[in-house]
Amino acid sequence: MPVDASGLPEHASAQEMRESASRERREKLRTFLTNWQGVLGLILVVMFFVSAIFAPLFATHDPNALDIPARLSYPTLDHFAGTDQLGRDTYSRILYGGRVALKVAAIGVSVSLVVGLILGMIAGYGPRWLDNFLLLMFDTVRAFPTIVLALATVALTGPSLGIVLTIVIVTSIPQYARVARTATMTLRNTDFIMAERSLGASTGRILMHHIMPNVVGPLLILAAMDVPVVVTVEAGLSFIGLGVLPPTASWGTILNEGYLVIRDTPWMVVAGGIPLILTTLGFTFLGEALRDVFDPRMGKGR
Amino acid sequence: MLFYLVKRLGLSALVIVLVVLVLFSLLYLIPGDPATIALGPRATPEAIARYAAKMHLDEPVWRQFLIYIGNAVTGDLGVDVFSDRNVTAVVASRIGFTLALICASMGWAVLLGLPLGCLAAVRPNSWLDRITGVLSVGTIAVPSFLVSIWALLIFAVELRWLPAIGAGEPGDTMDQLSHLVLPAFAVGLSWVGYLARMVRASMLEVMAEPYIRSAKAFGLRPRKIVYGYALRVAILPTITLIGMGFGGLISAAVFAEIIFARPGIGKLIYDAVMARNFPVVQGAVLVATAMYIGIVLLSDLLIAWLDPRVRESL
Repeated sequence: MPVDASGLPEHASAQEMRESASRERREKLRTFLTNWQGVLGLILVVMFFVSAIFAPLFATHDPNALDIPARLSYPTLDHFAGTDQLGRDTYSRILYGGRVALKVAAIGVSVSLVVGLILGMIAGYGPRWLDNFLLLMFDTVRAFPTIVLALATVALTGPSLGIVLTIVIVTSIPQYARVARTATMTLRNTDFIMAERSLGASTGRILMHHIMPNVVGPLLILAAMDVPVVVTVEAGLSFIGLGVLPPTASWGTILNEGYLVIRDTPWMVVAGGIPLILTTLGFTFLGEALRDVFDPRMGKGR
Repeated sequence: MLFYLVKRLGLSALVIVLVVLVLFSLLYLIPGDPATIALGPRATPEAIARYAAKMHLDEPVWRQFLIYIGNAVTGDLGVDVFSDRNVTAVVASRIGFTLALICASMGWAVLLGLPLGCLAAVRPNSWLDRITGVLSVGTIAVPSFLVSIWALLIFAVELRWLPAIGAGEPGDTMDQLSHLVLPAFAVGLSWVGYLARMVRASMLEVMAEPYIRSAKAFGLRPRKIVYGYALRVAILPTITLIGMGFGGLISAAVFAEIIFARPGIGKLIYDAVMARNFPVVQGAVLVATAMYIGIVLLSDLLIAWLDPRVRESL
């Protein structure tokens, strides 16, 4: 049973409160470590970051170096995952493709989290008409199936990484905003916010110093769960030629090139899919484990 | 109830108008002449002039918008730039393939996911429950377009059990069904896990209710309690989930149609994007989106009708 600092007797010293907080942290860490899915997820997520950031160290070949005589090779000791239709080393291309995925996930998730948090707090704390207006905007964005919106946009702008990022950000904002809004609305009438307001704190101060720290936790867990979605959108759009353009290596472009030669060799679609699955599984497992540890109420169904 | 119905219908209509507005602004936010953008840089001046006249480009933007809305309400979605066919007719000729795919995917997902969720909830922490738990997270996490590609690789290319591309010969039902198997498998797979999980969670909640305890105390058969009483209530959140997840289902169907070259609405949008056939993109996206909004609306109304608690609060 974790001890809540606020539940301690009144005479508890600051020292005791610190100890109780650190005991609670240790408790949570232990709960997390006994969850095999969470640990596996953490390992996969670390692998994703390390392999993408240090791609040049792990790569055995230049990802864009052509070797036509060795094209469509099976996995060998020289080419761990075989080669593609131009003789490029698939293993090295997968490592570099991870960088695209990491970039989209990092920028996409962080920007939509921040914007969603701000819009959600405004909707939850601001006047009623603003709340209604923002809700209508969120509903409109959510009314588009992601891929369909992406197709409509790319039809006009042409494919690029920037467009993929924009689509990812625009379509993810509403879910963060909705969670932030609900949390803000339950907080706005609590005693400590009332007290702040009667002390004359400005709206900005209340939002930044008192509401945000209480709202941001669930959003971070949501962000971990959102990474697979973002990575999948990037790979999917690149797969149908509407995202990252060849010759840049991305898991989507590798899958696309593999799909075109699927009758000649199965290795490209197999090798291109495995990192995608490991990454999505890793972030999903990690996100669920974090949710179970930090918010047992939400995970009660599991 | 009537007020609720009118309010939901009004909101949905408003969202659809905003969707059209977004599609329209996309066309005008891009710098340059809309006709050139829509037709591409290689379009001839005659084609551009013809397109400008056809799309009322000589009118002010807000009039064009109103004209489009007015036409769309009467079922006229404009004209295909290349074939001169009516976009409504083009979309109508394709939508059946998408609806069949979506129904088949959802169908097998419900048939498998619902009982799995029930069985897992009846015996929590049994081996079946644990396997279902891990498998559902797994199937939810794996991207559906990857399932499509790998299903194509395994069952069509390597094993040659099922046809790889197309939708089958018109009129030949068996052939059409065999073309439906792989895409439906790929689109529905993540939903098996999704539904199993959702049903399990809400079943566990319902099974702890006092009225279930009373039913047990009266000595009713467990089967009757689970499927007759508990499932009826536990199914409600699942209906909401199906409605909300329908957008994801459309996205998955778009990929499956592209990968299996199935001539549905997703493939139509994709081909139109590639050919820069903007009226078709606009019309088909509008129909796909309206379909999604309609399903969400339908699931909400269904909940309001099925659940006495919601019905009375309206």
